Amino acid sequence: MTDLFSKFDPLIEQRRALLSTGLTDPFNLVMERVVSPTVAVCNGRETILLGTYNYMGMTFDPDVIEAGKQALDEFGSGTTGSRVLNGTYAGHRACEEALKEFYAMDHAMVFSTGYQANLGIISTIAGKGDYIILDIDSHASIWDGCKLGDAEVVPFKHNDIEAMEKRLKRVPEGAGKLVILEGVYSMLGDIAPLKEMVRIAKENGAMVLVDEAHSMGFIGPNGRGVAEDQGVLDDVDFVIGTFSKSVGTVGGFCVSNHPKFEIMRLVCRPYVFTASLPPSVVATAATSIRKLMHGSNKRAHLWENSRTLHAGLKAKGFQLGTETPQSAIIAVIMPDLERGAAMWEALLNEGLYVNLARPPATPANMTLLRCSLCAEHSAEQVQIILGMFERAGKAIGII
Amino acid sequence: MTDRAATSTQIAALIEPFNKKGVEITDASTFAGDLEFDSLTVMDFVAEIEDSFDIIISMNLQAEIETFGQLVDAVVKLQD
Repeated sequence: MTDLFSKFDPLIEQRRALLSTGLTDPFNLVMERVVSPTVAVCNGRETILLGTYNYMGMTFDPDVIEAGKQALDEFGSGTTGSRVLNGTYAGHRACEEALKEFYAMDHAMVFSTGYQANLGIISTIAGKGDYIILDIDSHASIWDGCKLGDAEVVPFKHNDIEAMEKRLKRVPEGAGKLVILEGVYSMLGDIAPLKEMVRIAKENGAMVLVDEAHSMGFIGPNGRGVAEDQGVLDDVDFVIGTFSKSVGTVGGFCVSNHPKFEIMRLVCRPYVFTASLPPSVVATAATSIRKLMHGSNKRAHLWENSRTLHAGLKAKGFQLGTETPQSAIIAVIMPDLERGAAMWEALLNEGLYVNLARPPATPANMTLLRCSLCAEHSAEQVQIILGMFERAGKAIGII
Repeated sequence: MTDRAATSTQIAALIEPFNKKGVEITDASTFAGDLEFDSLTVMDFVAEIEDSFDIIISMNLQAEIETFGQLVDAVVKLQD
Protein backbone atom coordinates (compact mmCIF):
# COMPACT_ATOMS: atom_id res chain seq x y z
CA MET A 1 0.00 0.00 0.00
CA THR A 2 1.28 3.45 -0.92
CA ASP A 3 1.00 5.79 2.05
CA LEU A 4 -0.87 8.79 0.71
CA PHE A 5 0.87 10.89 3.34
CA SER A 6 4.38 10.30 1.98
CA LYS A 7 4.02 13.45 -0.15
CA PHE A 8 4.13 15.46 3.09
CA ASP A 9 7.43 13.94 4.25
CA PRO A 10 9.63 16.92 3.28
CA LEU A 11 7.42 19.29 5.30
CA ILE A 12 7.25 16.89 8.25
CA GLU A 13 11.04 16.69 8.23
CA GLN A 14 11.46 20.48 7.96
CA ARG A 15 9.19 20.96 10.99
CA ARG A 16 10.94 18.24 12.97
CA ALA A 17 14.36 19.80 12.32
CA LEU A 18 13.11 23.27 13.27
CA LEU A 19 11.34 22.18 16.47
CA SER A 20 14.13 19.81 17.56
CA THR A 21 16.18 22.90 18.47
CA GLY A 22 13.67 23.50 21.26
CA LEU A 23 11.91 26.33 19.43
CA THR A 24 8.25 27.14 20.21
CA ASP A 25 6.02 26.01 17.33
CA PRO A 26 5.04 29.25 15.57
CA PHE A 27 1.93 27.62 14.10
CA ASN A 28 0.49 26.20 17.29
CA LEU A 29 0.03 29.20 19.59
CA VAL A 30 -2.99 29.30 21.87
CA MET A 31 -4.61 32.56 23.00
CA GLU A 32 -5.61 31.58 26.53
CA ARG A 33 -7.53 34.76 27.19
CA VAL A 34 -8.23 37.81 25.04
CA VAL A 35 -8.17 41.04 27.00
CA SER A 36 -8.82 43.55 24.22
CA PRO A 37 -8.29 43.96 20.45
CA THR A 38 -4.59 44.53 21.16
CA VAL A 39 -3.79 42.33 24.18
CA ALA A 40 -4.15 38.59 24.89
CA VAL A 41 -2.69 36.08 27.33
CA CYS A 42 -0.41 33.49 25.68
CA ASN A 43 1.58 30.94 27.69
CA GLY A 44 0.33 32.65 30.84
CA ARG A 45 1.81 35.95 29.78
CA GLU A 46 0.18 39.20 28.70
CA THR A 47 1.06 39.70 25.05
CA ILE A 48 0.61 42.65 22.68
CA LEU A 49 -1.15 41.49 19.52
CA LEU A 50 0.50 42.74 16.33
CA GLY A 51 -0.66 40.07 13.91
CA THR A 52 -4.43 39.78 13.98
CA TYR A 53 -5.74 41.90 11.03
CA ASN A 54 -8.08 43.42 13.58
CA TYR A 55 -7.38 46.75 11.90
CA MET A 56 -10.22 48.79 13.35
CA GLY A 57 -10.37 47.03 16.72
CA MET A 58 -14.10 46.25 16.42
CA THR A 59 -13.97 42.88 18.22
CA PHE A 60 -14.71 44.41 21.64
CA ASP A 61 -16.88 47.33 20.52
CA PRO A 62 -19.78 47.48 23.05
CA ASP A 63 -22.46 48.05 20.37
CA VAL A 64 -21.14 45.15 18.30
CA ILE A 65 -21.11 42.79 21.27
CA GLU A 66 -24.59 43.88 22.36
CA ALA A 67 -25.96 43.22 18.86
CA GLY A 68 -24.47 39.73 18.92
CA LYS A 69 -25.93 38.91 22.34
CA GLN A 70 -29.36 40.12 21.32
CA ALA A 71 -29.30 38.03 18.13
CA LEU A 72 -28.26 34.94 20.11
CA ASP A 73 -31.28 35.46 22.39
CA GLU A 74 -33.76 36.20 19.63
CA PHE A 75 -32.61 33.92 16.79
CA GLY A 76 -30.63 31.13 18.45
CA SER A 77 -27.12 29.83 18.00
CA GLY A 78 -27.19 28.83 14.34
CA THR A 79 -29.29 28.60 11.18
CA THR A 80 -28.61 24.93 10.33
CA GLY A 81 -29.26 25.73 6.70
CA SER A 82 -28.18 27.09 3.35
CA ARG A 83 -28.84 30.70 2.43
CA VAL A 84 -31.18 29.51 -0.35
CA LEU A 85 -33.21 27.21 1.90
CA ASN A 86 -33.85 27.90 5.58
CA GLY A 87 -30.63 29.85 6.27
CA THR A 88 -31.57 33.42 5.40
CA TYR A 89 -32.69 35.27 8.54
CA ALA A 90 -33.52 38.95 8.91
CA GLY A 91 -29.93 39.47 10.08
CA HIS A 92 -28.43 38.18 6.82
CA ARG A 93 -30.57 40.61 4.85
CA ALA A 94 -29.69 43.45 7.25
CA CYS A 95 -26.03 42.63 6.80
CA GLU A 96 -26.36 42.78 3.00
CA GLU A 97 -28.22 46.10 3.28
CA ALA A 98 -25.39 47.50 5.41
CA LEU A 99 -22.84 46.40 2.79
CA LYS A 100 -24.83 47.95 -0.05
CA GLU A 101 -24.85 51.23 1.85
CA PHE A 102 -21.22 51.00 2.85
CA TYR A 103 -20.06 50.53 -0.76
CA ALA A 104 -22.95 52.47 -2.41
CA MET A 105 -23.56 49.45 -4.67
CA ASP A 106 -26.73 47.77 -5.91
CA HIS A 107 -26.06 44.19 -4.80
CA ALA A 108 -24.38 42.44 -1.89
CA MET A 109 -24.04 38.73 -1.25
CA VAL A 110 -22.80 37.39 2.11
CA PHE A 111 -20.80 34.14 2.19
CA SER A 112 -19.80 32.08 5.21
CA THR A 113 -16.12 33.06 4.86
CA GLY A 114 -13.99 35.36 2.72
CA TYR A 115 -12.28 32.29 1.29
CA GLN A 116 -15.64 31.02 0.07
CA ALA A 117 -16.51 34.41 -1.45
CA ASN A 118 -13.46 34.24 -3.74
CA LEU A 119 -13.87 30.53 -4.33
CA GLY A 120 -17.54 30.93 -5.26
CA ILE A 121 -17.56 34.10 -7.33
CA ILE A 122 -14.42 33.34 -9.37
CA SER A 123 -15.23 29.71 -10.14
CA THR A 124 -18.81 30.59 -11.09
CA ILE A 125 -18.36 33.64 -13.32
CA ALA A 126 -15.28 32.47 -15.27
CA GLY A 127 -16.17 29.25 -17.08
CA LYS A 128 -14.87 27.07 -19.88
CA GLY A 129 -13.31 29.12 -22.68
CA ASP A 130 -13.05 32.27 -20.53
CA TYR A 131 -9.70 33.71 -19.47
CA ILE A 132 -8.66 34.78 -15.97
CA ILE A 133 -5.75 37.24 -15.92
CA LEU A 134 -4.42 37.54 -12.36
CA ASP A 135 -1.50 38.79 -10.30
CA ILE A 136 0.96 35.99 -9.48
CA ASP A 137 0.96 37.00 -5.78
CA SER A 138 -2.81 36.52 -5.41
CA HIS A 139 -4.22 35.04 -2.19
CA ALA A 140 -4.73 31.26 -1.92
CA SER A 141 -8.52 31.68 -2.05
CA ILE A 142 -8.21 33.35 -5.47
CA TRP A 143 -5.98 30.57 -6.80
CA ASP A 144 -8.36 27.95 -5.42
CA GLY A 145 -11.29 29.75 -7.08
CA CYS A 146 -9.41 29.52 -10.38
CA LYS A 147 -8.71 25.84 -9.80
CA LEU A 148 -12.34 25.06 -9.02
CA GLY A 149 -13.53 26.68 -12.27
CA ASP A 150 -12.85 25.72 -15.86
CA ALA A 151 -11.37 28.96 -17.22
CA GLU A 152 -7.90 29.37 -18.69
CA VAL A 153 -5.70 30.84 -15.94
CA VAL A 154 -3.01 33.34 -16.93
CA PRO A 155 -0.86 34.91 -14.19
CA PHE A 156 1.31 38.00 -14.61
CA LYS A 157 4.25 39.36 -12.59
CA HIS A 158 3.23 41.08 -9.36
CA ASN A 159 1.90 44.64 -9.87
CA ASP A 160 3.43 44.72 -13.38
CA ILE A 161 1.07 46.85 -15.49
CA GLU A 162 2.82 46.09 -18.78
CA ALA A 163 2.89 42.32 -18.16
CA MET A 164 -0.86 42.42 -17.43
CA GLU A 165 -1.63 44.43 -20.57
CA LYS A 166 0.43 42.17 -22.84
CA ARG A 167 -1.41 39.08 -21.61
CA LEU A 168 -4.82 40.74 -21.94
CA LYS A 169 -4.06 41.63 -25.55
CA ARG A 170 -3.09 38.03 -26.33
CA VAL A 171 -6.44 36.56 -25.25
CA PRO A 172 -8.22 35.12 -28.32
CA GLU A 173 -10.84 37.34 -29.93
CA GLY A 174 -14.29 36.92 -28.43
CA ALA A 175 -13.25 35.08 -25.26
CA GLY A 176 -14.62 36.31 -21.90
CA LYS A 177 -12.00 38.01 -19.71
CA LEU A 178 -11.81 38.46 -15.95
CA VAL A 179 -8.96 40.45 -14.41
CA ILE A 180 -8.36 39.67 -10.70
CA LEU A 181 -6.46 42.13 -8.52
CA GLU A 182 -6.09 42.87 -4.82
CA GLY A 183 -6.14 46.31 -3.22
CA VAL A 184 -3.57 45.46 -0.55
CA TYR A 185 -1.37 42.37 -0.95
CA SER A 186 -1.26 40.83 2.48
CA MET A 187 2.25 39.41 2.52
CA LEU A 188 4.27 42.58 1.97
CA GLY A 189 1.48 45.07 2.69
CA ASP A 190 1.96 46.80 -0.67
CA ILE A 191 -0.90 48.25 -2.68
CA ALA A 192 -1.75 47.74 -6.37
CA PRO A 193 -1.64 50.47 -9.05
CA LEU A 194 -5.37 49.97 -9.52
CA LYS A 195 -5.92 53.25 -11.35
CA GLU A 196 -3.86 52.15 -14.35
CA MET A 197 -4.66 48.45 -14.11
CA VAL A 198 -8.44 48.89 -13.96
CA ARG A 199 -8.34 51.37 -16.86
CA ILE A 200 -6.30 48.97 -19.02
CA ALA A 201 -8.52 46.02 -18.10
CA LYS A 202 -11.61 47.98 -19.15
CA GLU A 203 -9.99 49.20 -22.38
CA ASN A 204 -9.37 45.57 -23.26
CA GLY A 205 -12.94 44.51 -22.60
CA ALA A 206 -12.33 42.63 -19.34
CA MET A 207 -14.50 42.49 -16.24
CA VAL A 208 -12.59 43.38 -13.07
CA LEU A 209 -12.70 41.76 -9.63
CA VAL A 210 -10.78 43.39 -6.78
CA ASP A 211 -10.20 41.73 -3.42
CA GLU A 212 -10.23 44.51 -0.82
CA ALA A 213 -9.95 42.26 2.25
CA HIS A 214 -7.03 44.21 3.75
CA SER A 215 -8.25 47.74 2.99
CA MET A 216 -11.90 47.83 4.06
CA GLY A 217 -12.64 50.36 6.75
CA PHE A 218 -9.53 52.51 6.55
CA ILE A 219 -8.28 53.03 2.96
CA GLY A 220 -10.24 55.44 0.75
CA PRO A 221 -12.34 58.48 1.71
CA ASN A 222 -15.21 56.21 2.88
CA GLY A 223 -13.09 53.20 3.79
CA ARG A 224 -14.20 51.32 0.66
CA GLY A 225 -10.67 50.36 -0.24
CA VAL A 226 -7.80 51.03 -2.60
CA ALA A 227 -10.06 51.23 -5.68
CA GLU A 228 -12.00 54.03 -4.02
CA ASP A 229 -8.79 55.72 -2.92
CA GLN A 230 -7.47 55.72 -6.49
CA GLY A 231 -10.82 56.85 -7.93
CA VAL A 232 -11.69 53.72 -9.95
CA LEU A 233 -14.28 51.96 -7.80
CA ASP A 234 -17.02 52.73 -10.37
CA ASP A 235 -15.13 50.66 -12.96
CA VAL A 236 -14.70 47.64 -10.69
CA ASP A 237 -17.33 44.99 -11.46
CA PHE A 238 -16.94 42.92 -8.29
CA VAL A 239 -15.45 43.80 -4.90
CA ILE A 240 -14.66 40.86 -2.65
CA GLY A 241 -14.29 41.43 1.07
CA THR A 242 -14.27 39.77 4.45
CA PHE A 243 -15.71 40.25 7.93
CA SER A 244 -12.65 38.67 9.54
CA LYS A 245 -10.43 41.75 9.40
CA SER A 246 -11.70 45.31 9.96
CA VAL A 247 -15.28 44.14 10.58
CA GLY A 248 -14.01 41.95 13.42
CA THR A 249 -15.98 38.72 13.06
CA VAL A 250 -16.09 36.05 10.33
CA GLY A 251 -17.71 35.86 6.90
CA GLY A 252 -17.15 37.07 3.36
CA PHE A 253 -18.98 39.02 0.72
CA CYS A 254 -19.16 40.25 -2.84
CA VAL A 255 -20.68 43.63 -3.79
CA SER A 256 -21.48 44.53 -7.38
CA ASN A 257 -23.54 46.79 -9.65
CA HIS A 258 -23.96 44.07 -12.28
CA PRO A 259 -27.69 44.10 -13.23
CA LYS A 260 -27.88 40.28 -13.27
CA PHE A 261 -25.90 39.78 -10.05
CA GLU A 262 -28.74 38.22 -8.01
CA ILE A 263 -28.65 35.03 -10.15
CA MET A 264 -25.38 34.22 -8.37
CA ARG A 265 -27.41 33.11 -5.36
CA LEU A 266 -28.69 30.14 -7.35
CA VAL A 267 -25.63 29.16 -9.38
CA CYS A 268 -22.74 29.73 -6.98
CA ARG A 269 -22.07 26.39 -5.31
CA PRO A 270 -19.90 27.56 -2.37
CA TYR A 271 -22.84 29.85 -1.51
CA VAL A 272 -25.59 27.25 -1.94
CA PHE A 273 -24.03 24.11 -0.50
CA THR A 274 -22.95 25.33 2.93
CA ALA A 275 -24.70 26.53 6.06
CA SER A 276 -25.16 30.28 6.45
CA LEU A 277 -23.47 32.36 9.15
CA PRO A 278 -24.96 32.19 12.68
CA PRO A 279 -27.40 35.01 13.55
CA SER A 280 -25.02 36.46 16.15
CA VAL A 281 -22.25 36.73 13.55
CA VAL A 282 -24.32 38.61 10.97
CA ALA A 283 -25.69 40.88 13.71
CA THR A 284 -22.19 41.80 14.88
CA ALA A 285 -21.06 42.24 11.26
CA ALA A 286 -23.95 44.55 10.32
CA THR A 287 -23.43 46.69 13.42
CA SER A 288 -19.69 46.88 12.86
CA ILE A 289 -20.04 47.79 9.15
CA ARG A 290 -22.39 50.65 10.00
CA LYS A 291 -19.98 51.94 12.65
CA LEU A 292 -17.08 51.74 10.18
CA MET A 293 -18.89 54.25 7.97
CA HIS A 294 -18.11 56.85 10.62
CA GLY A 295 -14.64 55.75 11.66
CA SER A 296 -12.52 58.62 10.32
CA ASN A 297 -10.81 59.43 13.65
CA LYS A 298 -9.86 55.79 14.18
CA ARG A 299 -8.60 55.62 10.59
CA ALA A 300 -6.33 58.60 11.14
CA HIS A 301 -4.87 57.01 14.28
CA LEU A 302 -4.29 53.69 12.47
CA TRP A 303 -2.32 55.46 9.75
CA GLU A 304 -0.34 57.29 12.42
CA ASN A 305 0.51 53.92 14.02
CA SER A 306 1.52 52.45 10.66
CA ARG A 307 3.82 55.38 9.84
CA THR A 308 5.43 55.35 13.30
CA LEU A 309 6.12 51.61 13.29
CA HIS A 310 7.43 51.64 9.71
CA ALA A 311 9.78 54.56 10.32
CA GLY A 312 10.91 53.15 13.68
CA LEU A 313 11.72 49.66 12.36
CA LYS A 314 13.52 51.14 9.36
CA ALA A 315 15.59 53.40 11.60
CA LYS A 316 16.61 50.39 13.72
CA GLY A 317 17.97 48.69 10.61
CA PHE A 318 15.27 46.14 9.79
CA GLN A 319 14.60 45.32 6.15
CA LEU A 320 10.93 45.99 5.35
CA GLY A 321 8.61 44.78 2.59
CA THR A 322 7.81 48.28 1.36
CA GLU A 323 9.86 51.48 1.14
CA THR A 324 6.99 53.50 2.60
CA PRO A 325 4.01 52.45 4.74
CA GLN A 326 1.23 51.68 2.24
CA SER A 327 -1.29 49.89 4.47
CA ALA A 328 -1.70 48.66 8.05
CA ILE A 329 0.56 45.69 7.27
CA ILE A 330 4.29 46.05 7.80
CA ALA A 331 6.36 43.06 6.74
CA VAL A 332 9.80 42.59 8.28
CA ILE A 333 11.98 40.49 5.99
CA MET A 334 13.97 37.73 7.72
CA PRO A 335 17.20 36.29 6.29
CA ASP A 336 15.92 32.69 6.45
CA LEU A 337 13.29 30.46 8.09
CA GLU A 338 15.56 29.46 11.01
CA ARG A 339 16.37 33.01 12.09
CA GLY A 340 12.81 34.09 11.28
CA ALA A 341 11.43 31.45 13.65
CA ALA A 342 14.02 32.38 16.30
CA MET A 343 13.11 36.05 16.00
CA TRP A 344 9.42 35.16 16.22
CA GLU A 345 10.06 33.27 19.45
CA ALA A 346 12.24 36.04 20.87
CA LEU A 347 9.44 38.53 20.24
CA LEU A 348 6.91 36.20 21.87
CA ASN A 349 9.16 35.99 24.93
CA GLU A 350 9.27 39.79 24.97
CA GLY A 351 5.45 39.72 25.03
CA LEU A 352 4.69 40.46 21.37
CA TYR A 353 2.76 38.37 18.87
CA VAL A 354 3.39 38.79 15.13
CA ASN A 355 2.69 36.42 12.20
CA LEU A 356 5.50 34.24 10.91
CA ALA A 357 4.93 33.85 7.17
CA ARG A 358 6.96 31.47 5.06
CA PRO A 359 6.93 29.89 1.59
CA PRO A 360 4.76 28.93 -0.24
CA ALA A 361 2.45 31.65 1.16
CA THR A 362 5.13 34.31 0.65
CA PRO A 363 6.47 35.76 -2.62
CA ALA A 364 10.04 34.93 -3.76
CA ASN A 365 10.53 32.27 -1.03
CA MET A 366 10.82 34.95 1.64
CA THR A 367 10.40 34.42 5.38
CA LEU A 368 8.51 37.34 6.88
CA LEU A 369 7.48 38.61 10.27
CA ARG A 370 4.23 40.22 9.36
CA CYS A 371 2.89 42.94 11.59
CA SER A 372 -0.66 44.21 11.28
CA LEU A 373 -1.57 47.32 13.22
CA CYS A 374 -4.81 48.15 14.94
CA ALA A 375 -6.54 51.51 15.40
CA GLU A 376 -6.72 50.58 19.10
CA HIS A 377 -2.94 50.30 19.51
CA SER A 378 -1.96 53.30 21.60
CA ALA A 379 1.02 55.46 20.65
CA GLU A 380 2.72 54.07 23.80
CA GLN A 381 2.15 50.49 22.70
CA VAL A 382 3.79 51.23 19.34
CA GLN A 383 6.88 52.55 21.19
CA ILE A 384 6.92 49.45 23.43
CA ILE A 385 6.71 47.29 20.27
CA LEU A 386 9.70 49.10 18.75
CA GLY A 387 11.73 48.42 21.89
CA MET A 388 10.83 44.73 21.77
CA PHE A 389 11.90 44.49 18.12
CA GLU A 390 15.21 46.15 18.90
CA ARG A 391 16.07 43.80 21.79
CA ALA A 392 14.95 40.67 19.95
CA GLY A 393 16.65 41.73 16.71
CA LYS A 394 19.96 42.26 18.49
CA ALA A 395 19.67 38.99 20.45
CA ILE A 396 19.08 36.98 17.25
CA GLY A 397 21.66 38.97 15.28
CA ILE A 398 19.33 40.34 12.65
CA ILE A 399 20.23 44.00 13.28
CA MET B 1 9.46 20.27 -39.47
CA THR B 2 11.65 23.29 -40.15
CA ASP B 3 9.20 25.35 -38.11
CA ARG B 4 9.58 22.98 -35.21
CA ALA B 5 13.37 22.97 -35.52
CA ALA B 6 13.50 26.76 -35.51
CA THR B 7 11.17 27.00 -32.52
CA SER B 8 13.19 24.34 -30.72
CA THR B 9 16.42 26.29 -31.28
CA GLN B 10 14.83 29.52 -30.09
CA ILE B 11 13.43 27.94 -26.91
CA ALA B 12 16.75 26.24 -26.19
CA ALA B 13 18.41 29.66 -26.36
CA LEU B 14 15.82 31.10 -23.95
CA ILE B 15 16.47 28.27 -21.49
CA GLU B 16 20.21 29.01 -21.30
CA PRO B 17 20.06 31.74 -18.59
CA PHE B 18 17.86 29.42 -16.48
CA ASN B 19 20.02 26.33 -17.10
CA LYS B 20 22.34 26.95 -14.15
CA LYS B 21 23.97 23.51 -14.24
CA GLY B 22 24.47 23.49 -18.02
CA VAL B 23 22.33 20.38 -18.49
CA GLU B 24 22.25 19.12 -22.07
CA ILE B 25 18.79 19.76 -23.54
CA THR B 26 16.94 17.08 -25.50
CA ASP B 27 13.25 16.66 -26.26
CA ALA B 28 13.07 14.30 -23.28
CA SER B 29 14.60 16.73 -20.76
CA THR B 30 12.17 17.47 -17.94
CA PHE B 31 11.86 20.92 -16.37
CA ALA B 32 11.23 19.76 -12.81
CA GLY B 33 13.67 16.82 -12.84
CA ASP B 34 16.57 17.43 -15.24
CA LEU B 35 16.57 21.23 -15.17
CA GLU B 36 15.51 21.47 -11.50
CA PHE B 37 13.17 24.41 -12.15
CA ASP B 38 11.35 25.55 -9.00
CA SER B 39 8.02 27.40 -9.15
CA LEU B 40 9.68 30.84 -9.27
CA THR B 41 11.94 29.82 -12.15
CA VAL B 42 8.98 28.34 -14.01
CA MET B 43 7.13 31.64 -13.63
CA ASP B 44 10.00 33.72 -15.04
CA PHE B 45 10.74 31.23 -17.80
CA VAL B 46 7.11 30.99 -18.92
CA ALA B 47 6.91 34.81 -19.05
CA GLU B 48 10.03 34.82 -21.28
CA ILE B 49 8.54 32.29 -23.67
CA GLU B 50 5.20 34.10 -23.74
CA ASP B 51 6.80 37.45 -24.55
CA SER B 52 9.22 36.03 -27.13
CA PHE B 53 6.51 34.24 -29.11
CA ASP B 54 3.63 36.63 -28.25
CA ILE B 55 1.49 33.76 -26.97
CA ILE B 56 -0.32 32.74 -23.78
CA ILE B 57 0.75 29.56 -21.99
CA SER B 58 -2.05 29.26 -19.43
CA MET B 59 -1.58 27.45 -16.10
CA ASN B 60 -3.91 24.79 -17.49
CA LEU B 61 -1.53 24.14 -20.39
CA GLN B 62 1.57 24.39 -18.17
CA ALA B 63 0.20 21.54 -16.08
CA GLU B 64 0.39 19.27 -19.15
CA ILE B 65 3.95 20.22 -20.11
CA GLU B 66 6.72 18.24 -18.44
CA THR B 67 9.45 17.98 -21.07
CA PHE B 68 11.29 20.31 -23.43
CA GLY B 69 9.80 18.47 -26.42
CA GLN B 70 6.26 18.94 -25.12
CA LEU B 71 6.92 22.67 -24.68
CA VAL B 72 8.24 23.00 -28.25
CA ASP B 73 5.16 21.18 -29.59
CA ALA B 74 2.84 23.41 -27.54
CA VAL B 75 4.54 26.61 -28.72
CA VAL B 76 4.44 25.46 -32.38
CA LYS B 77 0.73 24.74 -32.01
CA LEU B 78 0.00 28.08 -30.30
CA GLN B 79 1.71 29.97 -33.14
CA ASP B 80 -0.55 28.44 -35.81
